[in-house]
Amino acid sequence: MRRLPLNTPTPRHSAKGLAGQGARHDSAWKHVSGQARYIDDLPEPQGLLHAAVGHSEQAHARIVSIDLEAVRQYPGVVAVITAGDVPGHLDIGPVFPGDPVLADDLVEHIGQPIFAVAATSHDAARKAARLAKVEYEPLAAAVTVEQALDAQLFVRPAQTQCRGNPDTALAGAPNRLQGHQRVGGQEHMYLEGQACLVEPTEDRGVFVHTSSQHPSEVQKLVAEVLGLPIHEVQAEVRRMGGGFGGKETQAAALACVASLLARATNRPVKYRLSRGDDMIQTGKRHDFLNTYDIGFDNDGTIRGADIMVAARCGYSPDLSDAIVDRAMFHADNAYFLDQARVTGHRCKTHTVSNTAFRGFGGPQGMMIIEQAMDDIARHLGQDPLDIRKRNLYRPGRATTHYGQTIEQHVLPQLLERLEASSDYRQRRSDIEDFNRTSPVLKRGLALTPVKFGISFTAKHLNQAGALVHVYTDGSIHVNHGGTEMGQGLYIKVAQVVASAFQVDIDRVKVSATRTDKIPNTSPTAASSGSDLNGMAALNACEKILDGLIRFASDHWSVAPDDVVFGENRVRVGKLSVPWAEFVQTAYMNRIPLSSSGFYATPKIHYDPSTGTGRPFLYYSHAAACSEVVLDTLTGEYRAIRTDILFDAGRSLNPDIDLGQIEGGFVQGMGWLTTEELVYSDEGRLLTTGPATYKIPAASDCPPDLRVTLLENSPNHEATVFHSKAVGEPPLMLAISVWSALRDAVSSLTDYRFSPPLDAPATPERVLAAVNASKAWLTDRKESA
Amino acid sequence: MIEFLLNGRMEKVDQADPNLSVLEWLRTKMRLTGTKEGCASGDCGACTVITGTPDQAGKIHYQAINSCITLLGSLHGKELITVEAFQQEPGHPAQTCMMEKHGAQCGFCTPGIIMSLIALHANHQSATPDDHKLLEALSGNLCRCTGYRPIVDAGRDAMVQAWSPDASHPAAGLKGDRSADALASIHTGGITLKAANDGPRFDAPASLAELRELRSRFPESRLVAGSTDLALEITQQLQTLDHLISVERVHELNGCTRDNDELVIGAATPYEAFRKPLSELWPAFDPMLERLGSLQIRNRGTLGGNIANASPIGDMSPPLIALAATLVLDGPDGARKLPVEAFFHDYKQTDLKPGEFIHSIRIPVPKPGEKLFIYKVSKRLDDDISAVLGAFKINLEAGIVSDCRLAFGGMAATPARAREAEAALRGARWDEASVKAAAEALGRDFNPLSDVRASAAYRLQVAGNLLQRALLASDPLVRDALTVTDYA
Repeated sequence: MRRLPLNTPTPRHSAKGLAGQGARHDSAWKHVSGQARYIDDLPEPQGLLHAAVGHSEQAHARIVSIDLEAVRQYPGVVAVITAGDVPGHLDIGPVFPGDPVLADDLVEHIGQPIFAVAATSHDAARKAARLAKVEYEPLAAAVTVEQALDAQLFVRPAQTQCRGNPDTALAGAPNRLQGHQRVGGQEHMYLEGQACLVEPTEDRGVFVHTSSQHPSEVQKLVAEVLGLPIHEVQAEVRRMGGGFGGKETQAAALACVASLLARATNRPVKYRLSRGDDMIQTGKRHDFLNTYDIGFDNDGTIRGADIMVAARCGYSPDLSDAIVDRAMFHADNAYFLDQARVTGHRCKTHTVSNTAFRGFGGPQGMMIIEQAMDDIARHLGQDPLDIRKRNLYRPGRATTHYGQTIEQHVLPQLLERLEASSDYRQRRSDIEDFNRTSPVLKRGLALTPVKFGISFTAKHLNQAGALVHVYTDGSIHVNHGGTEMGQGLYIKVAQVVASAFQVDIDRVKVSATRTDKIPNTSPTAASSGSDLNGMAALNACEKILDGLIRFASDHWSVAPDDVVFGENRVRVGKLSVPWAEFVQTAYMNRIPLSSSGFYATPKIHYDPSTGTGRPFLYYSHAAACSEVVLDTLTGEYRAIRTDILFDAGRSLNPDIDLGQIEGGFVQGMGWLTTEELVYSDEGRLLTTGPATYKIPAASDCPPDLRVTLLENSPNHEATVFHSKAVGEPPLMLAISVWSALRDAVSSLTDYRFSPPLDAPATPERVLAAVNASKAWLTDRKESA
Repeated sequence: MIEFLLNGRMEKVDQADPNLSVLEWLRTKMRLTGTKEGCASGDCGACTVITGTPDQAGKIHYQAINSCITLLGSLHGKELITVEAFQQEPGHPAQTCMMEKHGAQCGFCTPGIIMSLIALHANHQSATPDDHKLLEALSGNLCRCTGYRPIVDAGRDAMVQAWSPDASHPAAGLKGDRSADALASIHTGGITLKAANDGPRFDAPASLAELRELRSRFPESRLVAGSTDLALEITQQLQTLDHLISVERVHELNGCTRDNDELVIGAATPYEAFRKPLSELWPAFDPMLERLGSLQIRNRGTLGGNIANASPIGDMSPPLIALAATLVLDGPDGARKLPVEAFFHDYKQTDLKPGEFIHSIRIPVPKPGEKLFIYKVSKRLDDDISAVLGAFKINLEAGIVSDCRLAFGGMAATPARAREAEAALRGARWDEASVKAAAEALGRDFNPLSDVRASAAYRLQVAGNLLQRALLASDPLVRDALTVTDYA
C-alpha cells in the first residue's frame, strides 16, 4: 500500500483542529451544561431493578452459614443470588484466577461480595443487603506487607532482574548506604463511582452499559459468568467520570453481578456503588515497602545497587504481577545503576485486591531510588540535583538493569533547561537564607526527573483496532477500541482522522466504544490510548485514502501523486474538488468509504524468566522543580511553586496534554501528601469517603504552576505523528514535592541528615521527620 | 405540602418522604440528572446547586449548597436553581470560560463547579477578580482530573464578565430580584411535609412559639437545622428518620444582635451569616471559619447545630469555651443559661433535656489586654475535619498572664478545657519557659485518641506546639509568617 506522508507536522495553512493544534474536549459544552450522560443518567428502561451486594465483614474466614430470609422479605426485593446461582464461571480473575464474583465458602477481605440483591429501588437494595445473617469461622489474617512477608504469603512468585554483579560492586564501592521506605496506596476517587446498566437481550444475552476502561474484558467475563459465547454479550462505554486505572479490571465485577441478576429476573438491572461501598469493595493503588542498598563513588556516581520492592497486593493476583514488574522496571527511574539487582515481591494480604492506578507500580518503584538520591546527597554534602544529574542515563551509560538500551537521551538536556528556567540555583541560595532566619517555617526545593516506559508489559495487549466511515456528505464517523475517561482520547483520535483527510475537526465524530464495533480491545491504560488507537485509526484512514487516490487517479486521469488532500478539499491535478463533493463522486463510482484499521506495537519483547528484554517501545520524559513551605510546629505545609518541563514528543493536542500534565501532577501530589488510606489491625478500611480520605482541593494546587512542553522533540520512534504518551508520566513529577518536603526538614540539620519520610507525607509524618532531625542534632551534640 | 421555585417554575410537593435529599429528588423523581452524586456526604461538591432564600425584607440571597445533604423539606419558600437552567448556548460566562480554559476533563464534577462559580458570580461579579474569594468558592468542589489550575483561571475570567439573561431565562432570578414576587406568594407560616401512609414527617415551624409547641408535643422528634451532619445518618448509615423538626425558618433563632457587651447569635444562624459580625469582634475566627467545611457547608451549617452535635471535633465549641460564651436553652420549662463548657457531658452527650433546644449563643466582646488565638490543624488545609483545634484566650498584664482559658477540640471525648495547662500559665510570664510548662501540663489534661486523622502522640505534641505558636504570634518582634496559610 502506498505510504502517505502523514507523519509530518500540520501544514501552515490547514483545516481546523488537526493534530498538533489545541482543540477543546469533544464533550466540553455537554460537560459544562450537565448534558453529558454517565451511566446513572441514562434513561431508565421499563422494569428497571437496582442491585446491591452484601459483603464480608471478616478479613479471612470460612462462611459457616448464610441466612438471607430477611433480605428476601424486605419490601421491593425481587431476587437474591449467591455463588450457587452462577450458571457459568464463578471466577472472574482478569489474568490469573482468584476472584470469585460472589464468595463461595471462603472470604478473604472485608468488603468481598457474598450475595447480590435486585430490588425496585437503589435504596431498597442497599437496605436489604444489610439484613443478612452471616456466620463466620475466622481464620488468621495478614493485613500488612510485613505480615505477608513474615508468613511468606504471595499472590505470585517473586521476580528478579539483575545486571552484572551487584554484590561485588557494593562491596567494593567507596561509599555505601542502605535505606527503606513505606509508600502508601491511593484511592482512585474517580468522581463517578463504579456503575453499569445491563439489559437482557432477546437471545438470553445482555447489553451492558458500563463505566469501564476495558469493555472487552467486561464482555468476556459477563459471557463467562452467564455461560454464553462472547457474541451474546455486548458492552458499550460512552464515557467515564474518571478512571485512573480504577476501572480497568474493577468495573467487570459489577457488570457480572448485574448481568447475573438480569438473568435471574429477566429485567434490566442498574448497579452503581455508593462512595463508601466503592472505597471498601474495589481495589486501589498498591502500597509498597521498599529497600535499597547502594554503593557509590565520592562524587556520587552509583556503582552498584540492590533494590527490593514489595507490594501489598490484597487477596488475589488481579494485575499485581504486571504492576510489581513495572515497579521493578522503574526502580532505576532515570538513573544508570551500573551493577544492579531489583527484586519484586507480590505479597498476599487479606485486604481488597489492589489494582491498576495511573503509573501502575512505576511511581512506587521510582520512590526508592529518589529517596536514595537525596540520601546520597546528604551523605556527601552535595546538592541533590547534582547527584541526580550525575547519575542520569547518557550515551555509554545507557543500559537498564533489565537490558533495554535507552536510545533517545532527552533528560540531560531537559534537566539543564529546567534548572535554568526554574532559577534553581538562585532559589536554592535564597531558601537557605530564609531557613537560617525563619523560626518556624522552613522552605524546601527539589528538582526530580521522570523516565517512564511506554508499552503494556504484557506484549499481547499492544494492539488496537479502529473503524472509520466516511458518509456521503463528507462527515466522518470513527470508532476505536479506546475509552474516554476525560483524558481527551476521543478528540485526539478525531484530530488524527481529520489530519489524515485534511478536513476540519467538526466533520469528525467519535462515538461510544462498543465491543460489536471493535472487537478484542485492550484496556485504555498504560498511557497507550492515543499511541495505539490513533495509529489504528490512521491505518483505517490510510486504507480509505488509498482507494480514494486510486479512484481519483483513474477517474480524472492524473498521476496518484497529483491527488493531494488539504484544507477541506482534494486537489486532483489542476482541479480542486470540495471534500464532500469528492466523497460523493467516489460513492457514485462505488468506491469503499469505510475501513477497519489495526495496529500492533513493533520491536517489543521481554522474557520474565531471565528478567531481560525490550519491554518498552520508547520512554516519556519530564522533570519538575517544586518549592514547599512547612511548619515545624505542626508539620503542615503547602506547595508554593512548581515548574514542569515535559517531553510530549510532537504533541497531538498541546491543550489536552497540558491538562494531563497538571492533573497528573496534582493527583500525584495528593498520593504523596494528604491521601492516606488507614486500615484497622483487623483489615478494615477506616477511610471510606472524602470526609476522611483527602484528595487535593483547589487551594492545594501550587499557586505558581508553570508547565511547558519541550519543543522540537519528536519521538524517534514511528508513533502517531511522532507524539509521546502523556497519561501517566506526570503523576510521578509529584515526587519533587515529597523530596522538597524532605529538603525543608533537612534544613534543620544544615542538610547533613536525610530525614525518614514515608509516604504519604501527612503533616503528622512531616512532624515526625522534624522530630527525628532534632533528635539527630541532640545525638550529635551529646556525642561531641 | 411544600412550595418552591425550580429553575423559574413553581413546584408543589404534596407528599414525599422527608428523608429524601434534594439531590435524590432531582435525580430520581424529576429525572434532572445534570446534578451529580459523587459522595452523598457533602464532601465533593458534584451535587452543588444554588438556592435563593428571601430575607425578611424580601431580598433574595443566592448561595451554593450541597444538594446531597439538604433535605427536600428545607426548600419551602425558596428558589432552587440547577445546572438544567443553563443548557441553552452560549451559556453563562462560567460555562464559556470553563470551556476556553479546558476546565473539564471527565466532566463529572463540572456541573457542581459551574454552579459554585455561578453563585460566586451572582454575588461578587466585579471588574477585578478576587482570587481569595474564588478559592473559597471552590473549596467544596473536588476535581480529580484537572489539578484545578484551569478551573481557577476560568473562574477568574468569568468573574469579570457580565451576564445578562432574558427575563424568561430559567435562572433570571439571579439578576436582581426577579423571583421575589413569585416567592412572596408562597405561604410563610409553618409547614409539614409527610410521606404517604403516615410515614416520616418533617415540620418546619416559622416561629418560636410553634417550635416550642411542636417540640413539647413530639419529644422523640429530631431537631434539624442545615442538616450538614444529620443527613449523613440518612445517606451514609441508611437510616430512616421518622420525625424531623426544622429550626431553619424560626426567625427568632436567626441572626446576630449586639446586647451590651455580648454578641448574641441565633442558634439557627448559618456560619456564613455570623462569620462577619463575629470576626469583626474577634478576628481570630475568620481564618478558622474560612477552613471550616466548605462554602457550601458554611452556607447551610449553623452555630447551634455545630454545638448541639457535640462532636469532639466540632470547630466552634473550643473557641466559645475559651471565650466563656453561654448558651441560652429554651424548652417546655422556659429558658435557661448555661456556659458552653457545661453543655458537654461525654461523647455526644449533652445537657439538653427532652423538649429543649438551643435558642442562642452569647459571646462576650473583647476586653482590654485580651487576646484570642484559634488554630486549626488538619491533614488537608481546606474542608477537612480538625485533628486538633486549639483556642486560647490570654489576658496579659505587663507580660504576665493574668488569666487564660485554653480549650481544645480533638483531644478528648468532648471539646474541653486544659485546666492543668491553664494553671501552669496563670500568673506566669508569657514566655517560652511558661509555655513549655503549659505544654507539658497538657499531658496531664488529655489522653487523646489515635484515629484516622492523627495519632495520640501527634495530637499531644501539636497541642503544645500551638501554644508556642500563640506565644510567637504575640511577639511584636517576630515579623515572619508563622503559618503556611500565610502563603495562600
